[in-house]
Amino acid sequence: MIPAAFEYYRPKDIAGVLSILEEHGDDARVMAGGHSLIPMMKLRMADVPHLIDLQDVGGMSDITVGGDSIRIGAMVTQADIIDHEGLTTAAPILREAALQIADPQVRYMGTVGGNVANGDPGNDMPGLMQCLDAVFTVIGTDGERDIPARDFYEAAYMTAREDEEVLTAVTIPLPKGGWAYEKQKRKIGDYATAAAAVQIVKDGGTCAAASIAMTNLSDTPVYSEAASNALVGTAVDDAALGAAVAAMLGDIDPTEDNRGPVAFKNHVAGVILRRAIARAWSRA
Amino acid sequence: MKDEITREERVDNLKGMGCSRKRVEDARFTQGKGNYVDDIKLDGMLFGDFVRSPYAHARIKSIDTAAALEVPGVLAVLTAADLEPLGLHWMPTLAGDKQMVLADGKVLFQGQEVAYVVAEDRYAAADGIEAVEVEYDELPVIVNPFESLKSDVVLREDLVAEDGSIPDGAHGPRKHPNHIFTWEAGDKDPTEEVIANAEVVATESMYYHRTHPCPLETCGCVASMDKVNGKLTLWGTFQAPHAIRTVVSLISGIEEHNIRVISPDIGGGFGNKVGAYPGYVCSVVASIVTGKPVKWIEDRMDNLMTTAFARDYHMTGKIAATPEGKITGLQCHVTADHGGFDACADPTKFPAGFMNICTGSYDIPTAHLSVDGVYTNKAPGGVSYRCSFRVTEAVYFIERMIEVLAIKLDMDAAELRRINFIKKEQFPYTAALGWEYDSGDYHTAWDKALKTVDYEGLRAEQAQRVEDFKAGKTRKLMGIGLSFFTEIVGAGPVKNCDILGLGMFDSCEIRIHPTGSAIARLGTISQGQGHATTFAQILASEIGLPADSITIEEGDTDTAPYGLGTYGSRSTPVAGAATAMAGRKIRAKAQMIAAYLLEVHDNDVEFDVDRFVVKGAPEKFKTMKEIAFAAYNQAIPGIEPGLEAVSYYDPPNMTYPFGAYVCVMDIDVDTGVPEIRRFYALDDCGTRINPMIIEGQVHGGLTEALAVALGQEIAYDDMGNVKTGTLMDFFLPTAWEVPNYETDFTVTPSPHHPIGAKGVGESPHVGGVPCFSNAVQDAFRPFGNTHTNMPHDHWRIWRTANELGLHG
Ligand SMILES: Cc1cc2nc3c(=O)[nH]c(=O)nc-3n(C[C@H](O)[C@H](O)[C@H](O)COP(=O)(O)OP(=O)(O)OC[C@H]3O[C@@H](n4cnc5c(N)ncnc54)[C@H](O)[C@@H]3O)c2cc1C
Repeated sequence: MIPAAFEYYRPKDIAGVLSILEEHGDDARVMAGGHSLIPMMKLRMADVPHLIDLQDVGGMSDITVGGDSIRIGAMVTQADIIDHEGLTTAAPILREAALQIADPQVRYMGTVGGNVANGDPGNDMPGLMQCLDAVFTVIGTDGERDIPARDFYEAAYMTAREDEEVLTAVTIPLPKGGWAYEKQKRKIGDYATAAAAVQIVKDGGTCAAASIAMTNLSDTPVYSEAASNALVGTAVDDAALGAAVAAMLGDIDPTEDNRGPVAFKNHVAGVILRRAIARAWSRA
Repeated sequence: MKDEITREERVDNLKGMGCSRKRVEDARFTQGKGNYVDDIKLDGMLFGDFVRSPYAHARIKSIDTAAALEVPGVLAVLTAADLEPLGLHWMPTLAGDKQMVLADGKVLFQGQEVAYVVAEDRYAAADGIEAVEVEYDELPVIVNPFESLKSDVVLREDLVAEDGSIPDGAHGPRKHPNHIFTWEAGDKDPTEEVIANAEVVATESMYYHRTHPCPLETCGCVASMDKVNGKLTLWGTFQAPHAIRTVVSLISGIEEHNIRVISPDIGGGFGNKVGAYPGYVCSVVASIVTGKPVKWIEDRMDNLMTTAFARDYHMTGKIAATPEGKITGLQCHVTADHGGFDACADPTKFPAGFMNICTGSYDIPTAHLSVDGVYTNKAPGGVSYRCSFRVTEAVYFIERMIEVLAIKLDMDAAELRRINFIKKEQFPYTAALGWEYDSGDYHTAWDKALKTVDYEGLRAEQAQRVEDFKAGKTRKLMGIGLSFFTEIVGAGPVKNCDILGLGMFDSCEIRIHPTGSAIARLGTISQGQGHATTFAQILASEIGLPADSITIEEGDTDTAPYGLGTYGSRSTPVAGAATAMAGRKIRAKAQMIAAYLLEVHDNDVEFDVDRFVVKGAPEKFKTMKEIAFAAYNQAIPGIEPGLEAVSYYDPPNMTYPFGAYVCVMDIDVDTGVPEIRRFYALDDCGTRINPMIIEGQVHGGLTEALAVALGQEIAYDDMGNVKTGTLMDFFLPTAWEVPNYETDFTVTPSPHHPIGAKGVGESPHVGGVPCFSNAVQDAFRPFGNTHTNMPHDHWRIWRTANELGLHG
């Protein structure tokens, strides 16, 4: 578990990062917290001859809670999210989810940008960000562009970000209503067997809006518009829950691994989603 | 002279037996000041690492090391061809088989050592490994022992004669090229007769899955050959340093006095560090070749995939009983998957370890056990993971068979145990499979356990829960796991226990210093058990000097007396006994010195806590401290100066710790997630040396039991690929997954051990695994479950619920 040799860079600003990326193309990669990248390098599953550490690049570590949106810098850590009171008040699902990622040691290093840019279907934040309809801002030598989280993921480790682009921030419209992040895992520090992110707006006794995304049940996170729609206009009763679960099951495509066979994963995905919806509804 | 402190205070000052003395090791461990093998750094030290096979079964067509030798920092690449002239391309295993040190023409398991790259640092070694080119021809892979015994594919051509016949193995005749041995205990025909005529017979097949000890520190060594004085020093993670020295001498031809083996601090062993591994041999050879010290340290994947797995027993049982539940006979057959080489770490005469303790805590008049060892394309090993030799398997087997019988009889499993326990007055008890149990009081322990947990209340609650479940009021089932175990530890009597011909005695040597402090050296080696703490306590009570004034040293073969090491809970039963016996020799000499100083006859003084007093005149005494000084500064007629003793202890019998465990579990049938609500563990380890350390050992052993029962597994796919090679998939529980353990005890001393102690480090694992497993299985009993195999991870629990139709 020893990585191949690599050059290490620690630029002070984004321009420095971009110039190294441009020079080395595919052979260069940025590193944020390193808690996904370094294990892959040690297993020699990622070959990174030029490693660019983002730790000294300023301007990417702030959390700004605005009137209608929240902006989270790419280098904000999962621990920062857990500790930020304003953020927890504005978007409590972020804290609930972050507390279910890895363990405290990993969370002190792992960043929001790294978690969403990584493209590993096991990461919890991509699904979470799809549920929240977040937008990712990336910067390249040609300037900045915004990519919706729901359009970002193409396949495992394949995203809409170009190799020479750096993700700088995540912007989330202020979430409304009840929330829940429900995750089943085998142990602390494990990726999800199945996880569900749910936001629900309640109007009187009916569901006015809903957003549902699932994690580790396909080669990308799954934003299930059909499942979300199945709740809207209902009283979120048993029939609606059943419809949402059935719709979600149509959108996911789990594979067998050590966590279990497909039938089990489908079953657990349904159970987890029901529980997430019930909890979100109770908070709406 | 007036005594200023009370006798009680004098006892307290010793911190002897029975005191929860704080662990003296912890000051360095908690401050990161331990000295583990990877902390050893020597001038010019090189690093070695292995090219490993990606295939589980393949012929090696060629190995090209040229490119690797071009990698900056790489000095040498060893292959079997380089070791062959030295006769070191194969090495003997502890089980009487031999094992390739480096692949000799073929590989037999994924991860097998193919070439050894020696480099200036680990990074260069890793790059060198990448550059070695090996061409393989894949062969059919066998990962199932039943298929292996039917297959035409010969795994070990070296064990088939040229005419195609199958020569005997180390344990007698073999019936197939892939068969290793058949081993039997007990009486076959009478047992079959009892079963054939019994009114009730319960039958079950169970698979005790392959798992792996997972010490925090992996295996490793540093070999340093001093070519000037011809001495080889070998530091390593050895649970048996003296035996390793002898083995190294036997296979290398270096005389034993020229080899010094040192086990520094060891970060956990659990059986993983008993065996001899290719890494040790290659490091020694590399040091001889280069003239420089060479270090080899496994990474986690190497450790999980290659060094010493545990279990992999396919067990079939038949248990016969009367309709009232009195057990009349037991039969057990095991198909044991030993992997590509038979490298089990068992006493020579016991190729299936002490599996013949499988009649458990019960008075079973007739029994028969047979075990077939089989080769497959998996890693070799078969160590006793936190247990005495195969005792976890035996206890799991009988504790499951009892549950299965209870189901068959429609009886309460606690009551079934009670009516079959060996009774207190039956000890010493000779079991049907041959062992003589030293002492026990099972009924008292069982009653105490059941009363403490309010067993009847729990059963009532469980019955209510079943009702609620059926009425749709809850989706959680409740399981009550029971286990009553008897261990067999402290190997062992030299008359029937040896490893490679080395009798399994152990030793202690004590030197008392003039000012009344001491050093004691033992043939064992702590891997976290706290020997430096507890052995000093034994001595403190025996020789009347404070434990705080006694240094315990182990692990250096140049200084410690010969011993067989630490595993199988043998340190206290064997080396602990040697410690007490050596202490008594010290005391005997001290008595003569005291009598001389007090000017009375030897028989007129008696030992009292920390001194010898004149009988009937307690104000006349000499403290052990005074006596120690006198031993060095007075010319005493007829007595040699100095105060030293050594004892080699050959135990007359094993010791038989026992215990009663109860686990209460809630199981979510929809997700398969178990939640441990309560775990109660009553242990009887005989005399208790340090209650705090016992509690710590129980917590640790239970946690490893939880791991094994609920998910810890080395799984292979059909191609022989290891599916659980990292800690992401290999379940290592953290504080989060572990419940609050309630510990309790009874004390039934061993009658043959000098201080009555039996050993405790492994009991919780042995008793814990069936307890956790039984809890899961008990939850499903009301719905028709009789047995499901471990590990009970989420999806398998879910599968059980699913198969029982609990998902609607
Ligand atoms: C034991 C353990 C358990 C874990 N459990 C979980 C879990 O339960 N759930 C979970 O979600 N995660 C888990 N993780 C992963 C962890 O959260 C990682 O920290 C996270 O996935 C990546 O964040 P990072 O900052 O460490 O990114 P890095 O490892 O530094 O980078 C990851 C990838 O993203 C790219 N990248 C990073 N930052 C940027 C950027 N600003 N712009 C463009 N590309 C970028 C890198 O080039 C790399 O390809 C676990 C990790 C460990 C070690």
